[in-house]
Amino acid sequence: MGFMSSPNPEPRLTSAKIVVAGGFGVGKTTLVGAVSEIPPVNTEAWMTQTSKTVDPLSEDTGKVTTTVAMDFGRVTLADDLVLYLFGTPGQARFWPMWDDLCRGASGAVVLVDTHRLDASFAAVNYFENDSDVPFIVAVNLFDGEQTHDLADVREALQLSPHIPLVTCDARTRGAAVETLTTSLNHTMRQTANGHDVPAVR
Amino acid sequence: MTVNPWVRPYVLTGGRTRTRHPLFVHTLVSVPQYDPGYAAQLPPEARRLYERANTAVQSVAELSAHCGVSLGVTRVLLGDMAARDRMVVNPGGYESPYDPRLLKRVIDGLYELA
Repeated sequence: MGFMSSPNPEPRLTSAKIVVAGGFGVGKTTLVGAVSEIPPVNTEAWMTQTSKTVDPLSEDTGKVTTTVAMDFGRVTLADDLVLYLFGTPGQARFWPMWDDLCRGASGAVVLVDTHRLDASFAAVNYFENDSDVPFIVAVNLFDGEQTHDLADVREALQLSPHIPLVTCDARTRGAAVETLTTSLNHTMRQTANGHDVPAVR
Repeated sequence: MTVNPWVRPYVLTGGRTRTRHPLFVHTLVSVPQYDPGYAAQLPPEARRLYERANTAVQSVAELSAHCGVSLGVTRVLLGDMAARDRMVVNPGGYESPYDPRLLKRVIDGLYELA
């Protein structure tokens, strides 16, 4: 198609993606917000729009009845490189969306709150059994203090020895960056070893 | 150009929910050559996506969220526009999200932020 052959004036951008998973209220949005250059975009808007067309009443009240607590943020790392961070919806009924979000991801971080470890069981199970995306687990230190020994957390989560387990204050950019880079370094090791080399599903 | 290039998305795609271009939530798209005449005949959802994509290279998820068009419909509409060369799906510079060169660049970029 010669008439469309004029070069795209935009520089060739590459995007990468890291998924931030975990139960409801473990700090996924906080972590995304700590590094994102835009306020985390909440995808409840998607559901709002959908419900508006289905249910005319919601347009009058502006009330959103279905909430999918999924956020994403964006970080421009270079002229030609953008990183997107996607927080998974916490609720189990949105698992098909997890598959969708994880496709093409370079890594995943499962956030856990030691006061409610069970809130993140589903996320750990998902990445151990249902996804090829290499993942790490990060204990979110809400109050900046570590209240549980990491060995105990590993034991409680029955985490495989090769899965990195770190602590993170999701509110601070430095800690969030450290967690994300730990995730990507883990991906690099996993995929360099020759096992877990997944095709992009 | 056909007389009426637009019908409802899932009719248009024959019920397909996949496109020949892989459109992940983070896939970047852009408008190669903005055509106001083309924009004017688009239905509202597609037009919002087309107009917004023309402002800057951005991801499928951003377009969906900012245009208030659900992710599934956004994908179909963008895929269709791409098939008509109205939208460019950015292939990115790396074949795999696990490409060590990509991972290293992201890691280095993140450390510069910290």
